[in-house]
Amino acid sequence: MRVDPMEGVTALPVAEPRPWGRLRAGGLPVIPLGIITTFVLIAILAPLISPADPEEQSLRNRFRPPVWDERGSWQHPLGTDRLGRDMLSRIFYGSRVSLTAGVVTVLLASAFGAAVGLVAGYYGGRVDAVLMRLTDATMSFPVILLALILAVTVGPSFANVVVAIAVILWARYARVIRGQVLTLMELDFIAQARIAGAGAWRVISRHLLPNTLNTLVVLVTLQIGYVIIVEASLSFLGAGIPPPTPAWGSMIAEGREFVTSAWWVSFFPGLAILLVVLAFNLLGDWLRDTLDPKLRQL
Amino acid sequence: MIRFVLSRVLQSLVALAILSVVVFILARATGDPLHLILPMSASEEDYAYARRYLGLDRPYVEQYFSFVGKAVTGDFGTSLRARRPVSELIRERLPNSLRLALFAMCVSLSFAFPLGVLAAVKKGTWIDRTAQVIAVLGQSLPTFWVAIVLVEFVAGRLQWLPAGGISGFASYILPGFTLGWFVVAGMMRLLRSGMLEVLDSEYVKLARVKGVVERRVVWLHALKNALIPVVTFAGIYFAILVTTAIVVETVFAWPGLGRLAYEGISSRDFPVIQAVVLTTAAIVAVVNLGVDLLYAVIDPRIRHAR
Repeated sequence: MRVDPMEGVTALPVAEPRPWGRLRAGGLPVIPLGIITTFVLIAILAPLISPADPEEQSLRNRFRPPVWDERGSWQHPLGTDRLGRDMLSRIFYGSRVSLTAGVVTVLLASAFGAAVGLVAGYYGGRVDAVLMRLTDATMSFPVILLALILAVTVGPSFANVVVAIAVILWARYARVIRGQVLTLMELDFIAQARIAGAGAWRVISRHLLPNTLNTLVVLVTLQIGYVIIVEASLSFLGAGIPPPTPAWGSMIAEGREFVTSAWWVSFFPGLAILLVVLAFNLLGDWLRDTLDPKLRQL
Repeated sequence: MIRFVLSRVLQSLVALAILSVVVFILARATGDPLHLILPMSASEEDYAYARRYLGLDRPYVEQYFSFVGKAVTGDFGTSLRARRPVSELIRERLPNSLRLALFAMCVSLSFAFPLGVLAAVKKGTWIDRTAQVIAVLGQSLPTFWVAIVLVEFVAGRLQWLPAGGISGFASYILPGFTLGWFVVAGMMRLLRSGMLEVLDSEYVKLARVKGVVERRVVWLHALKNALIPVVTFAGIYFAILVTTAIVVETVFAWPGLGRLAYEGISSRDFPVIQAVVLTTAAIVAVVNLGVDLLYAVIDPRIRHAR
């Protein structure tokens, strides 16, 4: 009688589950992904779906309340601001600023920070010491102050905001990635690669970088929300994206004086920020728990 | 230990030195500061005279060292707008900012501690979930928006608390909570994850087996070790507080350093900006230094590392 060796075995144990496989297993966070997708679509389709031109002024229509107020109308679903501009359209267009600022800044910062972290961790010794002192010095610099200085010296612009935040933010990535590289360097596969004759570039790009990607993904997602808040704070202080371009932070600032009589001008842009940042934070939390549960401190 | 302290002090000094160079370069990158100081009608001779008088004709390296030399003794020049010594302005504003930061820190601690510990002990219950919601909301709410909403509702419509300025303890409540709220989230999460880890450890299990009362296990044995990551991050939290203060002080018309920075920036008052940036960075550096030293005392592994 022949016995099938596989009989009764339904699944073979997997030695090392692939991290991205776990992504599907955990059940996707539908709400955060839904919010992010919606806002990305809004940003892309802003010219098509906006009820009005976001910069078109109409002084006769100043401070129109939202549609559910008895004085409101469907012409301006979320009301108008002090120059009679349509709030909904401005919020739609404002999502472009916030999302681009968030994503571009974080990508710049993470690319540079990860490079520094990889190099510092790989070479160690004096290179590591110098790079880490630089990282510490950068981390102690308050982001908003630097951005404010840049705004005054070079003038407020989108590029300045991105540069000012990225110039500080990279340090976070450098720190975390270096820490991971230090642990990886102790492992056998790195030593084997080096014995096999792999050079610095190959070890870094082929062995170290792929093993820090999970951390990078988590950190990037969590930081996008933070950057959106910082960008909005800068626009609020007048050091961000200059008017008349609609940015959520400056919209809140513009409505600040009229908050008693026309609360909606400050309220809705703030709500938009809250929703987007909340979505990115929730997604980041979920990614961390799924991909890299050890990274609780991020 | 002495070697550790010395190397840490040196590190802070190097960080401040790098910062002072950055500030110096940025202040000069704006173009000629004389355009801001002298009237439109000033002649070439006026410019030449002012340049000599202010020492702007000397080499940059020399200017830098004279700037640092004066800054160390607390001399930051004269404010272009207020026409008063900047050191005087700083001395006026700094205590207000420190008091507000301290109050905010107390607010954060008094929320973060019980919430963090309870969330870990009652993991998975409604307490834990509520704490998580508070944490993620705290990190997602734009501070300045919260400030405006609070000013409008609590101070404006309900008239419960003053909307701005300093007038006794009541005026600390709104800005203090706005400022502290942002930090509660991060601190609480750290404490929760730290507690979860520690509560799962062998020595806590041993303490329980030995029959130590649960309350004592949680609040004494576990909390002491869960505090380490919180202490490490205290410096970063403080830096966040200082930065967020610029926005909060602006909305609440709080006469502190943050508002001084904002005023300085909106009127391109360079001596003021330099002074505020350096003072802030020095405070952050001192706090970080203190935190690191405290850390080394709590966890002996740190001072023997590297």
